[in-house]
Amino acid sequence: MIHAKQTPMREQPAAERVHNFNEVPLGYSPDEAVQEAERCLQCPHEPCVKGCPVGIDIPKFIEHVKNREFGQAISVIKTDNSLPAVCGRVCPQENQCQGVCTLAGRFEPVAIGRLERFCADWEAENETRYANIEPDTGKRIAVIGAGPAGLTVAGEMRRRGHSVTIFELLHVAGGVLMYGIPEFRLPKHIVQREISALCEMGVEVKVNKVIGRTQTVQDLLDGDYDSVFIGTGAGLPRFLGVPGESLNGVFSANEFLTRTNLMKAYRFPEYDTPIKVGKRVVTVGGGNVAMDSSRTALRLGAKESFIVYRRSEDELPARGEEVHHAKEEGIQFQLLTNPIEFIGENGNLRAIRCIKMELGEPDDSGRRRPVPIEGSEFEIEAETVVIAIGNGPHPLIPQSTPNLDLNRWGSIVADPETGLTSIPGVYAGGDIVTGAATVIEAMGAGKRAAVAMHAFLAEK
Amino acid sequence: MYKILTKRTLGPGIREYVIEAPDIARVGKAGQFIVLRLHEKGERIPLTIVNVDPETGGVTLVIQEVGKSTREMGEQFHEGDSILDFAGPLGEATEIENYGTVVCVGGGVGIAPLYPIVRALKAAGNTVIGIIGYRSRDLMFYEEEFASSCDELIIMTNDGSYGKQGFVSDPLKQILESGRKIDRVWSIGPAIMMKVCADITRPFAVPTIVSLNSVMIDGTGMCGGCRVNVGGVAKFACVDGPEFDGHQVDFDLLMLRQGYYHDEESCSMDAYMAKQAEGVEK
Ligand SMILES: Cc1cc2nc3c(=O)[nH]c(=O)nc-3n(C[C@H](O)[C@H](O)[C@H](O)COP(=O)(O)OP(=O)(O)OC[C@H]3O[C@@H](n4cnc5c(N)ncnc54)[C@H](O)[C@@H]3O)c2cc1C
Ligand SMILES: Cc1cc2nc3c(=O)[nH]c(=O)nc-3n(C[C@H](O)[C@H](O)[C@H](O)COP(=O)(O)OP(=O)(O)OC[C@H]3O[C@@H](n4cnc5c(N)ncnc54)[C@H](O)[C@@H]3O)c2cc1C
Ligand code: SF4
Ligand code: SF4
Ligand code: FES
Repeated sequence: MIHAKQTPMREQPAAERVHNFNEVPLGYSPDEAVQEAERCLQCPHEPCVKGCPVGIDIPKFIEHVKNREFGQAISVIKTDNSLPAVCGRVCPQENQCQGVCTLAGRFEPVAIGRLERFCADWEAENETRYANIEPDTGKRIAVIGAGPAGLTVAGEMRRRGHSVTIFELLHVAGGVLMYGIPEFRLPKHIVQREISALCEMGVEVKVNKVIGRTQTVQDLLDGDYDSVFIGTGAGLPRFLGVPGESLNGVFSANEFLTRTNLMKAYRFPEYDTPIKVGKRVVTVGGGNVAMDSSRTALRLGAKESFIVYRRSEDELPARGEEVHHAKEEGIQFQLLTNPIEFIGENGNLRAIRCIKMELGEPDDSGRRRPVPIEGSEFEIEAETVVIAIGNGPHPLIPQSTPNLDLNRWGSIVADPETGLTSIPGVYAGGDIVTGAATVIEAMGAGKRAAVAMHAFLAEK
Repeated sequence: MYKILTKRTLGPGIREYVIEAPDIARVGKAGQFIVLRLHEKGERIPLTIVNVDPETGGVTLVIQEVGKSTREMGEQFHEGDSILDFAGPLGEATEIENYGTVVCVGGGVGIAPLYPIVRALKAAGNTVIGIIGYRSRDLMFYEEEFASSCDELIIMTNDGSYGKQGFVSDPLKQILESGRKIDRVWSIGPAIMMKVCADITRPFAVPTIVSLNSVMIDGTGMCGGCRVNVGGVAKFACVDGPEFDGHQVDFDLLMLRQGYYHDEESCSMDAYMAKQAEGVEK
């Protein structure tokens, strides 16, 4: 007899956690993990494996958990996923492995993500399992950008015996995992632990290197490197283009989150970078970035935090868990609403003029297109607004690499199977190719590119 | 870590540093900047490249102490010490051509970033008229450097303690009104000074380049915090600039945005001073 419901994971209570940046879900104990693992049916046709973009052997690792062989479980996971502590926490599991779990129809699916997180955390506390590294091949590769795509390529290539150098423009490696996703969802020491493991494998990480400025892709190819991978992400913040967007108090989500996470403004003045939040904060958008921003605002001292999103609840692109947590914390959702103007006073934001929307005919994305309802304008008073409506491709590499083919959004064109770009020996993957997507998809692209780069180097 | 090769005090609260960063020294150009972070808890602060020496790998900066980070650097970071992070070169380089006769106007610490531009313009064959201004004589620096690179040099002090008394905009206006043909003007200094200079050159339709120092974090186009309004369009100063057409810039907006963190900056400074005082007592 299986339990219909997942084994719950303990969490910080909402009333408490809105005053701190500590992680919200607290993780499974070994007994809880075993209890959850026992729910797995060990389906022979493995639908869950097909739902995972990197194809982790899910039934096998869960079987090990069930038998309390946690070390073996993490080894199975790490064969296919080098950042399990991260993915277990931030993957949109409901659309991936768990969405297609056999149990998902009648019951709650097996909590695959939570089990993955448990194994990764168990490893950190107990024993580290290193991948086997092939003998040195004498080939050198350069990885540009230290986000999930770049880190994955680095690990996979190092494992195959190549020498790997990562170039990162910020002062730390990790990409969005460090500057975007907040501490309360993905503690930064966990990301750094994964990066240290790469360094211990012999990957060289060079921070403060702005490729396109300090050196170009061509410089790297002409210099020491046999092949280059570009994983520079979708870091260019989009604005709404409505009047008043330059007012003080209007932030891009990137600025709001970077100040808080990367620069640790929540510990100002111990840390030197400040941030300002008003009593009332409005976040525009409905994805993970918007949930992260609105929940961050509460933790920075906002009394009220709103989400303004132009479609309805059903279309919210954020992970289910994030929406759930946001609601528990008292985030107020203003759905079917769009900002049309920011109103200021002495250069500072005072209010946001919005218009109500209704859903019309389906658009290109298949979702019903929101259309404004005439005459429904109203104002929301707020001193801070965070714009989280998406990011475009980071432009530095595209601008500084003349022979690189781009699509009409400025993303790099790369073969979906191999990641090969229009320049021989140069591969790309992750958000810089797909536009803003997910951690695990960036890692999947990294894995595929590594296979292709390895074959390319063997022939070279 | 990036080593401080030399440190020199140019005046009260004004220091010149040469930092070892060979890959930046190889490619950095006039008009570009770097972002540095002093230590683990530090802010990312943008500073203009004043000179690069590909031989020694040195990058020269001139820093005026205006707040916590610049003061901490001036007071605590000495020759032989190291700075944690140093990234660049960032921003677009100055467009150097032989324009004919150019006027280069610098105010306060803006004089430092103007210097490499003056040298490059001179080397490109321009007749360069320099106008540099300080609050008073004791704050003066780079006089000789400018004298040897400019065809004509006018020095102004607000209090008249050296050179002529007045603002840098005064001689700029006189030159234009004299009917002399000026092909281009650079104006680098406090926002208000750049605004006044742009207002002076506008009726004469002389192209005027300014360098905008909006508040930055990453300096690479990822946060949008540095956005400025140029010709009615939002631009990111760190990647689209920092140099822009001064006649198109909304300086009032720039100044409003520069002032946004005023309270936090004072708080940061007070905390630093309190900590220093405590240190002295111990
Ligand atoms: C706030 C936020 C929350 C998110 N939440 C989730 C979530 O819950 N689940 C999920 O799956 N996904 C989430 N995502 C999306 C996910 O983080 C991204 O899809 C993923 O990080 C993309 O990885 P990447 O390696 O392609 O790029 P990035 O993570 O963006 O990394 C790119 C790196 O390249 C560096 N770089 C850029 N240009 C250069 C250059 N010229 N030279 C050197 N370095 C350069 C950047 O500094 C950066 O470190 C979230 C994103 C954000 C912003
Ligand atoms: C492209 C660029 C080039 C610059 N070049 C030089 C230079 O060559 N020499 C020099 O002395 N200064 C330069 N500055 C200004 C310098 O970055 C600031 O003085 C410094 O960041 C102030 O830090 P603080 O903690 O000492 O002062 P704070 O207490 O933080 O601020 C004091 C003043 O500095 C301004 N300021 C604060 N943070 C920033 C920031 N991140 N960017 C810009 N201004 C800020 C504030 O508006 C305020 O007026 C430049 C700025 C930019 C944007
Ligand atoms: S990596 Fe993501 S999709 Fe794959 S099993 Fe883990 S949680 Fe599921
Ligand atoms: S689909 Fe669900 S129940 Fe079946 S093996 Fe995968 S995790 Fe287990
Ligand atoms: S400083 Fe972040 S975009 Fe310019």
